[in-house]
Amino acid sequence: MDNYGKNVLNSTPPYSNEVEALINYTIHLADTSLILGHRNSEWTGSGPVLEQDIAISNIALDLIGQARNFYLYAASLINQYPGRYPFTNGFDRPVTEDDLAYLRDTLEFRNYLLTEQPNGDWAQTILRQFLFSAWQFPFYEALRKSTDERLSAIAEKSVKETTYHLKWSSEWVIRLGDGTSESHHRMLNAINELVNFTGEQFEPAPYETTLVSTNTSVDLKALKPVWNQTVHSVFEEATLPFSPGGWSQTGGKTGVHTEHLGLILAEMQFLQRAYPNAIW
Amino acid sequence: MPGTLHDNGNFSVEDILVNPSHELSRIEPASYTPPVLPVETSDGERKIWELLATVPDPEVPVLSVVDLGIIRKVSLEEQIATSPELALQHIAGEEATHAIEKNQEVVVTITPTYSGCPAMDAIAFNIRVVLLQHGYRDIKIETVLSPAWTTEWMSEAGKQKLKAYGIAPPNPMQQVCQPAPFQQQEAIQCPRCNSYHTQLISQFGSTACKAFYQCQDCKEPFDYFKCH
Repeated sequence: MDNYGKNVLNSTPPYSNEVEALINYTIHLADTSLILGHRNSEWTGSGPVLEQDIAISNIALDLIGQARNFYLYAASLINQYPGRYPFTNGFDRPVTEDDLAYLRDTLEFRNYLLTEQPNGDWAQTILRQFLFSAWQFPFYEALRKSTDERLSAIAEKSVKETTYHLKWSSEWVIRLGDGTSESHHRMLNAINELVNFTGEQFEPAPYETTLVSTNTSVDLKALKPVWNQTVHSVFEEATLPFSPGGWSQTGGKTGVHTEHLGLILAEMQFLQRAYPNAIW
Repeated sequence: MPGTLHDNGNFSVEDILVNPSHELSRIEPASYTPPVLPVETSDGERKIWELLATVPDPEVPVLSVVDLGIIRKVSLEEQIATSPELALQHIAGEEATHAIEKNQEVVVTITPTYSGCPAMDAIAFNIRVVLLQHGYRDIKIETVLSPAWTTEWMSEAGKQKLKAYGIAPPNPMQQVCQPAPFQQQEAIQCPRCNSYHTQLISQFGSTACKAFYQCQDCKEPFDYFKCH
């Protein structure tokens, strides 16, 4: 399960607040990428045109790959402390990345609420990807400087992929916002649906606060101006209104989700729940 | 899990241990280009590099995994514990006898082109199969993410093979690795008629590592190994 053994600490430090925070943080990053990847994959086979169906599926694949790298790391950390991390109660074997994705329930998921919002129409999917990538790009750039070697390596790999996600979704926001009156109208609806889920990315959860003093986690407050600037300039070109700073729904990264996550998990986890340990 | 491999549908690792020459042809061999070796490569390691240069990329079979630049390191490491069974297992592969007699462990370090590259498991499997077929028994395949793979690691021979196969190879100097929208695009040469009069159709092509283009002169649609 830990294919990346080289970066794992040779001597295991005792289980502590910091260790638990690192596990939670890694799982939070994994969940966020997995859930958005899963949402995007719902378009596979039904995208508006073939090239964009392939594009959104490629983005889904990148995100799920990033999630896997984070889950692998989380599993290797959890397995260093048998019986300590709450999720492992009842396991009589080491935890794998698949267990973390398929066998946790909604309250244990720590993804951003933005990522679990429904696909809606193409405008809403595009806007969700753009608002997310505009955050994830500077986030990964900052995570590259993490003192945790493994998180830094995952970020270094992932930021190259996110570059394309941000470019692609920016272009679509402009194309639709500055397109026809119909596409403009749909973008306005999408903004209305999603804008209240964009504040959470800048509010640290307790486990992030724990890790920020050792420069393990990213200082989210510092990302806000960068995100504002990206969204502002793309919205301006797209002739869309930009009004940051409103009230935002939070809770995703401490396990308080919208009603949509349960439905995603019901579908995503069905096979492992109905046929435990099935492989193919 | 390292050391655990699933049956890939054709044969299992156990089959190969029983019959080392098992259906070698099931894996399409890439056209062979001698690997450019890192400095200070031992004879034993050179032999492994040469074997890896026969392992194709599953999605772009014209390239070997060495051409693609995803093999980061090959090393032979002394075993701490010696197992008498290990020495009995050297059924085939004269070149491997040396490694087995010395109880050396083969460690191959690979890196993915993209995080979600679905070919990575197949690549690790195929590397293991080729090494097993040549008598190596103690094989470890490690994955590293940093430094992140870049198209600059693709060999010159690999680029020529790609072009002949109909895929535009990565430009030597790539410019569009920035997130800003609607920038000037790279001039990509059509692999069929060599025209630069080509147009980007989509940044996302048939695999994660490629973009989709069309030639405006000969009308050929083609993949481009995109900037990364």
